[in-house]
Amino acid sequence: MIPVSHFLALGAVLFAIGVLGVVIRRNAIIVLMSIELMLNAANLTLLAFGRARHDAHFHALAFLVIAVAAAEAAVGLAIVVGIFRNRHAANLDELTLMKR
Amino acid sequence: MTLDNIASMKYFAPELILSIGILAILTVDLIVGKPDRKRSSLLAMSTLVLALLATLVTSDGVSRGLFGGLIARDPFTDFFKLLFIATTAFVGVAALRSRDTIEYQPGEYQDKESGEFYALTLTAAIGMMLMAAATDLLMAFLSLELVSILSYILAGFKRRDRKSSEASLKYVIYGGVASGVMLYGMSLLYGLAGSTSLSAIHAIKDPPLLTLIAAITLCFAGFGYKIASVPFHMWCPDVYEGAPTPVTAFLSVGPKAAGFALLIRFFHGAIPADVRSVPLILGLIAAATMTLGNLAAINQTNIKRLLAYSSIAHAGYILLGLVAGNDDGQRAILLYLVTYLFMNLGAFLVVMAMSDAGLGEELSEYRGLGKRAAFPALVMAICLFSLTGLPPFAGFFGKFYLFAALLSRGGTFNTALALIGILNSAVSLYYYARILRAMYFEKPTNEAPILEASLHRWNMGIMAAVTMGLWLAWTPLVDFAGASIVQWYPHATQVASLH
Repeated sequence: MIPVSHFLALGAVLFAIGVLGVVIRRNAIIVLMSIELMLNAANLTLLAFGRARHDAHFHALAFLVIAVAAAEAAVGLAIVVGIFRNRHAANLDELTLMKR
Repeated sequence: MTLDNIASMKYFAPELILSIGILAILTVDLIVGKPDRKRSSLLAMSTLVLALLATLVTSDGVSRGLFGGLIARDPFTDFFKLLFIATTAFVGVAALRSRDTIEYQPGEYQDKESGEFYALTLTAAIGMMLMAAATDLLMAFLSLELVSILSYILAGFKRRDRKSSEASLKYVIYGGVASGVMLYGMSLLYGLAGSTSLSAIHAIKDPPLLTLIAAITLCFAGFGYKIASVPFHMWCPDVYEGAPTPVTAFLSVGPKAAGFALLIRFFHGAIPADVRSVPLILGLIAAATMTLGNLAAINQTNIKRLLAYSSIAHAGYILLGLVAGNDDGQRAILLYLVTYLFMNLGAFLVVMAMSDAGLGEELSEYRGLGKRAAFPALVMAICLFSLTGLPPFAGFFGKFYLFAALLSRGGTFNTALALIGILNSAVSLYYYARILRAMYFEKPTNEAPILEASLHRWNMGIMAAVTMGLWLAWTPLVDFAGASIVQWYPHATQVASLH
């Protein structure tokens, strides 16, 4: 059996990749994808802990998190589409109407 | 006591009524086919009144765990339910006369999509109520996301407006990152406690301290983003500036209060007693938040952006009550949130009324407002004095209780924090006075008087009257807040499980 620490490490690595993606990439859609990666890293950690503890609770948790992530992605993509219509830009560095 | 799903329904009535009202608003729009904001707002207001009545009728001062311990129904949630219903009602009424909540078509305003605005704000109200009630990490996450996702949509409500859509994109990205980080922290907490209920986290025995503090810090990313505290405040100025003004008013009061409710539940209820560094971390965050908010506000020229930085600073003040970490501190937070509701909403209502009357949002446009629109300028002045914390306005009493709660704990750290808070209030007077100077001592570029809508006038009048006269009702309010603080369940060590 694969030990739990392996799953936890994978979760931590995925989370780090997600954070890096948010920080480094400037395309709004890729940033949203990185956020999904972070949520799924958390999900993986939840599942790993649940598996180690033989707890059925985490199934419900993971499904709810997936549903919330889907809702957030839907709204996020709709907003990106909306802003592309207005500004013809999906690059975060170009959205500086209010910076000062 | 913890109730099962069926027995919980009675105590869940306010949220159920709001849900039915939301469905009614959307369905009626569909059936009639012709959106009408008067009808939608009437439906929304009657739903809020019914929810208010349901809250009062089913509230009996007993603490109950609902749905097997996922959420609580206690005086604390009732206090916040009243706060959220009031916020939603005031914003809803103001939005009726606001041009900002009509979908913007280039060149003309058309009465479109107004029902959706009310459905969205009421749904956000349910989310905020659940945030104040959550006693389980799962529920905390779900309710926080409910409020967040609706806030993203509301911030981008003017779809064709470039600023509004930029605001909502920035909001969704910062919010998504914050909730991802928070969820990761929650998953670590779940791993440590073996359960998602806050009482189980409180009962963790001999935790690996470093992991626990890391998990708590990660969780704070989510809460801190909701209340806009440093270092999760970056979204706040852009979103507040870009969002339609009624939405800004709503966001600056409602979700912020809900975030504090969740923070109180989390830090009073869930942190194991042997984690001693929490007040230290919170204190440093509070000091950084108020200092940064106040210093950054000094140079702002857009009034909504200025008020955004001011609201960041206020989040810092309110955090001081959490640093105090006792019942007095918690009561001070509740009291401050009430005063903040009226003074901050009042200031935003003036901005709303002025922009509906055709005035821009730049500070230079407010020159000579004292002559052009005497009443709104007066309301603005009252709210700004109160936000500074000058007596006899409500903000003074709120701040007094916060600082007093902190000082009564003693210790160099607490005293220093209170001093920083007082110094910050002095700094804030400087930029609030800039607005006052523009309104009363500078020559207007245009002498034409500005007429505000009578609905706005009434709404502003209420805010100003409460801000000025709250000291008359201060003792009952203190008693009410004191009776509403979180009492943790006697069975705190019992691990609740999902049914």
